[in-house]
Amino acid sequence: MSAAAQAKPNSRLLLSGNDAIARGVWEAGCQVAAAYPGTPSTEILEALSAYPDLYSEWSVNEKVSMEVAIGASMSGARAFCAMKHVGMNVASDAFMTQTLCGVVGGLVIAVADDVGLSSSQNEQDSRFWGRFGHVPILEPADSQEAYEMAQYAFELSEAENTPVIIRLTTRVCHVKALVTVGERRTRPIGGFHLDARRWVMTPANAKGMLPKQMEREARLRETAEGSAWNLLDDGRDRRIGFVTSGPAYQHVRESFPDAPVLKLGFTHPLPVEKVRAFKDSVDRLVVVEETEPLMENELRAAGMLDVHGKDILPRLGELLPSVLIPAIFRLRGEEPPPASTYPKIDPFPRPPTMCAACPHMGVYYCLNRLRRKVQISGDIGCYTLGAGTPWNALDTTISMGASMGIALGMDKARSEETKDKAVISVIGDSTFLHMGMQGMLDIVYNRGNVTTLLLDNRSTGMTGGQHHAGTGKDLHGNEAPRVDFARLVEALGVKPERIKVVDPYKLPVMFKAIKDEIAVPEPSVIITNQPCVLSEFYSKLKPYTVIDDACTGCGNCINVGCPAITVKRTAKEVRKTGVEAELKFVQIDTAMCTGCHMCVDSCGPKAIVTQDRTIAECAAVSGGCGGH
Amino acid sequence: MTDNIITNILVCGIGGQGVMTAAEILAQTAIARGLDVKKSEVAGMAQRGGVVTSHVRFGRKVFSPVITPGTADILVAFEVAEAARWADQLRPGGVAMVNTIRLVPPIVSTGLFSYPDDPVAQMRAAGVTVYDFDAGAIARELGDLKLVNTVMLGAISDYLPFPAAELEEQVVARFRARKPTLVEVNKRAFAAGREAARERAEGARPLAANS
Repeated sequence: MSAAAQAKPNSRLLLSGNDAIARGVWEAGCQVAAAYPGTPSTEILEALSAYPDLYSEWSVNEKVSMEVAIGASMSGARAFCAMKHVGMNVASDAFMTQTLCGVVGGLVIAVADDVGLSSSQNEQDSRFWGRFGHVPILEPADSQEAYEMAQYAFELSEAENTPVIIRLTTRVCHVKALVTVGERRTRPIGGFHLDARRWVMTPANAKGMLPKQMEREARLRETAEGSAWNLLDDGRDRRIGFVTSGPAYQHVRESFPDAPVLKLGFTHPLPVEKVRAFKDSVDRLVVVEETEPLMENELRAAGMLDVHGKDILPRLGELLPSVLIPAIFRLRGEEPPPASTYPKIDPFPRPPTMCAACPHMGVYYCLNRLRRKVQISGDIGCYTLGAGTPWNALDTTISMGASMGIALGMDKARSEETKDKAVISVIGDSTFLHMGMQGMLDIVYNRGNVTTLLLDNRSTGMTGGQHHAGTGKDLHGNEAPRVDFARLVEALGVKPERIKVVDPYKLPVMFKAIKDEIAVPEPSVIITNQPCVLSEFYSKLKPYTVIDDACTGCGNCINVGCPAITVKRTAKEVRKTGVEAELKFVQIDTAMCTGCHMCVDSCGPKAIVTQDRTIAECAAVSGGCGGH
Repeated sequence: MTDNIITNILVCGIGGQGVMTAAEILAQTAIARGLDVKKSEVAGMAQRGGVVTSHVRFGRKVFSPVITPGTADILVAFEVAEAARWADQLRPGGVAMVNTIRLVPPIVSTGLFSYPDDPVAQMRAAGVTVYDFDAGAIARELGDLKLVNTVMLGAISDYLPFPAAELEEQVVARFRARKPTLVEVNKRAFAAGREAARERAEGARPLAANS
């Protein structure tokens, strides 16, 4: 990260697409940048924070980050915001009217689509926003283009008086490739100038701006037709010509090195005439675009009815060589080459797990014990893993902050079967501040019967531990005002006696708190207070160990879900009832154990002890350990 | 395009094991050679304990950042079951360099799935050339488990299209700048990994080979 920030002009570096965007934004003279973390876009702002002469922040959500950028652009600064695809849904309210107003300082929005869903709740195509908001879309295919397009985007924004969207995908964001960098061009901030017809979007003023937006889009279409970002990469095999954008271009070139390719970088408005001319030069045209058939449909609408695209290629996931090659061979009426030589070995799945000592595990251990009595509305974060084994204690996940409103909806729509179940919402600290607060307010205002578990681990954990308004530090690691969650929910209207702050490492206390609060038919909030184990706020204690002779193999501690607890050996036991049970004798990986104490209370025979105590006990019994 | 020979290295393991660092060092070595490089990272969710792979591709000009299944020249596996999981990505004649450590995930320790008894045997049965050894033991012998990364890079250093010394230099350069006291031990770890791989390769070679 810092290597890119310190790189001298003309140096050649191995940069991820995210690092490259950041460098391009900085060199373009951007003065204000904002974002909320979201995979795969998170590292863009982290990288930007290392550059001088630029204000950068973690905003509380994507909409606010967009508004910060809009305000800076109105004030004449070059402004930037970055988000993942679903973040743009949150930001879109501000975006969809900003696009009427236009810009003063260039306004660039980087939206990163998680094609293939490596870490997202859906797979959506952000190129729609170009059509929806009538703004240009640029699609880099690698780091060098991401770096260059970031700079061009500011120029285009100012030249055409429009925000510009750079559509990234995971395969640009998280791929490192060589980039030759340049130097920063500084520019003064012009200042905000009163102009109500432009900045105050009342119906009358907005009506006046609409025709200008349409004129702008017509001009942009001309610009796209002549854009140097839309170039022909010619080839001699004219059986099939490809129209493609983004990293799909790389996969096409890899798969069919001799085919002619029209590589589009400026993809909205679509340069339809350029494509038509290209189509006439090849036997057949295939549109290779991830994920929706946007270009393809527009080409059909323009009369090119015989183009191929999603008739032979999937709508979901990446269009990798392993996907493209068989599809194109079949289109040519040829037998596809065999994909792989060795047979596939599928050992076992290895899904992501919670970390050893993760405080979320204590909450889910307790919820699992109440499983038949509760419905659990979940949210987006590490704690979404509570849906998996061994906890199986999370019933819904839709979008950031949705746990609150969904819980209220469940409460208001009870069936004969669910009328006696408690409704619980589970949400993290960063997600609560992002979009959860409004749902909480709605629960209070509409007198819902919901118990909220606010898992405050002082971190935006899932994206790698970024700071937020509740951690006490900002993007740069500097001290910042810290939200007091107990006082915040009280201010939203939760009764003080219905707000409890609990240590999730103390399982009996945690369990009692949940049991007590679900018994009260009004809004209540339980706030956990242990930090993320990967954060700077966490301190390790001495690890625990298992006294082998004392372990009865009951397996209860395994249900805590801590990866530091593993099964050492198993045995079969026939119970008094005649049922055969499997005993699981455990051990604790002392290198992983942080001494959090969570599993200790799950152990009936008290076989889990600190290492010191074991030695002391050994000494008491046998007069020494290991004979030394 | 015939002169554009691409080397494909797939590095795999589990979050927190140093997969990304090893891939980065391989990429930097290729850059120092003046080659074009792409390095793709698939970490899944940003969590520890999940499957991690990194694709490193280098040559005169690299397009796709992703290794097409069945074309990997080398598989560098930091964990033995992960080696088995990705073994089918190798090309015919490719080599799997495998650290034999067994990292059992909760999904196995809770009894939902079982860990294969001998993943290396499974790979061999599938026809894969496997050089397996306990990189952790070598690292511990040298006094620091973190050296596993350097041991694994040393192990593949004879299978790259450039001299082993160039890879060693990239490994060592990282420490020379920040922790010069670790330079020597990393050199030893690199050499030990290289030696371990040679021994495994010797063992795998038919005894009737020309001397």
